[in-house]
Amino acid sequence: MLRIDNLHATVGGKEILKGLSLNLNAGEVHAIMGPNGAGKSTLGYVLGGRPGYEVTGGTVTFRGQDLLALDPHERAATGLFLGFQYPVEIPGVSFVQFLREALNAQRNTRGEEPLSGGEFLKLARAKAGLLKLDMEMLKRPVNVGFSGGEKKRAEMVQMGILDPALAILDETDSGLDIDALRVVGEGINAIMRQQDGGPDKAVLLITHYQRLLDYVKPDFVHVLAGGRIVKSGGPELALQLEAEGYEAVAA
Amino acid sequence: MNQVLALPTTHDEAWRYADPAALAALDPGELDQWCDITLSPGEAACRVLVLDDASPGVQRLRLTLAQGARGAIFAIASASAYTRLEVEVRLARGAHFEFGGVTVGSGDATREFVTRVIHAEPEATSNQVVRSVHWGRATGNFLGAVHVARDAQQTDAAQNFRAILLEKGASANAKPELEIFADDVKCAHGAAIGALDDTAGFYMAARGIPPEVARRLLVRAFIADAFVALEDEAQRDDLLEQAVARLEGSRL
Ligand SMILES: Nc1ncnc2c1ncn2[C@@H]1O[C@H](COP(=O)(O)OP(=O)(O)OP(=O)(O)O)[C@@H](O)[C@H]1O
Ligand SMILES: [Mg+2]
Repeated sequence: MLRIDNLHATVGGKEILKGLSLNLNAGEVHAIMGPNGAGKSTLGYVLGGRPGYEVTGGTVTFRGQDLLALDPHERAATGLFLGFQYPVEIPGVSFVQFLREALNAQRNTRGEEPLSGGEFLKLARAKAGLLKLDMEMLKRPVNVGFSGGEKKRAEMVQMGILDPALAILDETDSGLDIDALRVVGEGINAIMRQQDGGPDKAVLLITHYQRLLDYVKPDFVHVLAGGRIVKSGGPELALQLEAEGYEAVAA
Repeated sequence: MNQVLALPTTHDEAWRYADPAALAALDPGELDQWCDITLSPGEAACRVLVLDDASPGVQRLRLTLAQGARGAIFAIASASAYTRLEVEVRLARGAHFEFGGVTVGSGDATREFVTRVIHAEPEATSNQVVRSVHWGRATGNFLGAVHVARDAQQTDAAQNFRAILLEKGASANAKPELEIFADDVKCAHGAAIGALDDTAGFYMAARGIPPEVARRLLVRAFIADAFVALEDEAQRDDLLEQAVARLEGSRL
């Protein structure tokens, strides 16, 4: 589904990604772990097409297309979802309005009919329910006044509504209390686990801790350090990292 | 009397940000005209003005608010030539004046609001909110003077100006001016000029919203501040739509 080959990228003139390669197939859950400043969020932003994050080498193919040739909103419409480490506040624009514009813009790009107001609200209510987020909160301006954990839960409600093929979730577990972590973990499974006969799905979890991986069990775990993947393994690698630290495992 | 009126120039404080060429082309006769509105004690009135290509040039409004009266003006200045709305308000005891203005547009025109709010008696309040959105080589200005008379204790006067410049080359100016002769007075003013929030723009794009739709949503949210005090919801939505509509068809 996603093939990243020898990706190089700079931010503010500084090279952050230095030859990163990674391959995700449909049906797989991958986790990326790595020290602060390693380039994990940068990878997400580069894949999302954030202005200022310049690709200087390598290729990215997503669902058979050259991802890097698409504008950010086209990448989303192609099925890419980026869960933000720091979700953005947008005063004056309600979540309902924001997400309805987003979903219908994506549907429009894909040549599908827009959802009516009623259809959209029904969908939004169902996904808010799944993440145990009060529907009333979606009437408020995007992320404004939300607590850290509420923002992360709202990210997952957005993912549920937009129903992407690939979700890159950047520290979605940070800021969540113990119960919220379980709700979010189960939400990710409900939304992003590939079903028999269902559409292709894959997940890339960026995290520092094992705790989310207890709920969303990864098939592969990678260590990102110094702008590239330095070690890959199965779920046991995350446990080993947690026990021994990056220095010992990936040095 | 048959006196020829001199045209204003940008050397006059109240015209300093105006477009000199546009000033030279003004009709002196028009410059002497005021539209007078007087509200009696306790009366409330709201005036909505859309200064588009049907009414460019200079418009002057003089508002006299008797004790406890409430006067509100909401305006859009969006004509493609020089546009200026001047408002002079005199507030008696306990009166309230509300002003919400939006300048929006491109080209090389200057669009400006110039207000002079005179708190002549105690306990009157005023609130002015101006938002400017420009691109091309356009300019948006807010010159807001507040005069608090000697005995006008417990005056509460606020003014707030914010501008978004969508392209380099556009500009905005704020000139608050306070003349306060009473001591128990609250006068707040704030001004900020910047670009559209590109962090919000990327967040929206990451959810699939195309740049032109994101810009429309962000600009709409930005200028809505100027019309929040407009109580009639239908009128409020209509004004917002008219202001945002100026973005459509722009080459942005
Ligand atoms: N605008 C910028 N100019 C220069 N360097 C930058 C810029 N933005 C980010 N960086 C640097 O890029 C590096 C990678 O940052 P990134 O946010 O991708 O790290 P991360 O792996 O997500 O870390 P964390 O675990 O703390 O979230 C950091 O050293 C950071 O300081
Ligand atoms: Mg990060």
